[in-house]
Amino acid sequence: MTAPSQTVTPVVEGWFTTGEEPRLLASRCTRCRNVVFPPVSAEAGAASFFCRNPACDGVECEAVELSRRGTVWSYTDAQYQPPAPYVPMSDPFVPFALAAVELPEGLVVLGQVAAGYGVADLRVGAEVELVVETLNVDETGERTIYRWKPVAA
Amino acid sequence: MSVVIAGAGMHPWGKWGRNFVEYGVHAARAALADAGVAWGDVDLVVGGETVRNGYAGYVAGSTFAQALGWNGARIATSYAACATGAQAIDTARARILAGLSEVALVVGADTTPKGFLAPNAGERWSDPDWLRFRLLGMTNPAYFALYARRRMDLYGATSEDFAQVKVKNARHGLANPNARFRKEVDVAEVLASPVVSDPLHLLDICATSDGAAAVVLTSAEYARRHGIATPVTVAAVSTVTPTFPNTVIDMPLLATDSTAATGAPERTFKEAIGAAAYDEAGVDPSDVDVAEVYDLSTALELDWIEDLGLCKPGEAEALLRAGDTAIGGRIPVNPSGGLACFGEAVPAQAIAQVCELTWQLQGRVDGRQVEGARVGITANQGLFGHGSSVLLTR
Repeated sequence: MTAPSQTVTPVVEGWFTTGEEPRLLASRCTRCRNVVFPPVSAEAGAASFFCRNPACDGVECEAVELSRRGTVWSYTDAQYQPPAPYVPMSDPFVPFALAAVELPEGLVVLGQVAAGYGVADLRVGAEVELVVETLNVDETGERTIYRWKPVAA
Repeated sequence: MSVVIAGAGMHPWGKWGRNFVEYGVHAARAALADAGVAWGDVDLVVGGETVRNGYAGYVAGSTFAQALGWNGARIATSYAACATGAQAIDTARARILAGLSEVALVVGADTTPKGFLAPNAGERWSDPDWLRFRLLGMTNPAYFALYARRRMDLYGATSEDFAQVKVKNARHGLANPNARFRKEVDVAEVLASPVVSDPLHLLDICATSDGAAAVVLTSAEYARRHGIATPVTVAAVSTVTPTFPNTVIDMPLLATDSTAATGAPERTFKEAIGAAAYDEAGVDPSDVDVAEVYDLSTALELDWIEDLGLCKPGEAEALLRAGDTAIGGRIPVNPSGGLACFGEAVPAQAIAQVCELTWQLQGRVDGRQVEGARVGITANQGLFGHGSSVLLTR
């Protein structure tokens, strides 16, 4: 189990904020304002950005936060353990749910569903919100990931 | 000027434990024999690439050419994930149309490991195919399940409907000597099989297989000169990419494009794949007599029926329930038995669809003939935005 002294780090840098009200981070074209998730890697730098809107020749982007809440486009679960590089949380494997969520910014983002929730808690069109939870624990400590949590109606 | 399919061949699909080259050469020889074309007459070989067989797999065109005996033909290798075979056919057809080739052999073959398909090894934090497994545990069936669940919540599809697709395709494949699974299945068996990704059961999802398929493409003029009896015309090959914004979540991506800057597109990617084929061929969906579509899952077959315009969105279940998609019905779908009976052998499958339609349009299929079929369409889609649809006429 996680010792309190262990570091807690997002499994991937620059994709989401943490804290009380976490949000996904996207790259937004400074010209046409089209947003892209996952964002352009910080390592690659803003100069590597090419706007994906074919009608726009923007080459600069800024990091923006996306809405915390969206509606379920669809959902499912993994009842068998996915192959590597998936790292299971536990042995034996415990199934988890997945959702594709439509955000007000006009895009659908895939994510795992928050721990303790399954397909029975979901419905196309239902509202969910972003949370950050533990994906797995490795030698660097606890690695976190964004997840979708059903909002009680 | 047109391009025809002079012959088609396969290696039976299954788990045979042999090298993919053996399967490919078997299929190639079968296609040449079917066409009555000598290997020495082939002036272009296009191989469908497999990424799971080491060095030779990456150079499939030359691998097959060498195994058949070097004959000095021009060569190409194609990779487009599940759309590999259609892209290989497109390459061959384009060279023939350009007058750069007269007789082309297109071959796809693979051996596929058991279980979930997984990304290439190594740590690749910028590869979406790697990230979807690492960050989300998002397997191929999980994507298929998203589409299936959406049909249920939006259109009232049921698990029984999905199972009926399997029942139909299993029945279609019974008489197919190239199919791996030749056994009747009933709805109860599908529903009793374990759920892999809700709502899809194990028997709703296609297996992986070894397999190979090949076609011989020639100019119509060559076919006439050589007395090829019942050539089938390749009226269109669609290899389109999506149009921005691509709004349906697509394997292996983690998100769609945003509609905010431009609004929603006129049609989805999968609708665009078929539309491009119809446009190129000058054929209307109502002209289609038979279709071979990518039933990676039972529910996905229903999506494709709508995406190809064979019925309106949300109506595929009604078509299925009325028996219209079975042989003998209004628009038979997957008379070969589909992936439900074949399993997936990535670089071969899109070619195998074309083999089936060739034989259907030639009226040569035993035990699963769609009577009087004159127009057939295939549909499939490759990872990373590879469209695939081939439209055949006679």
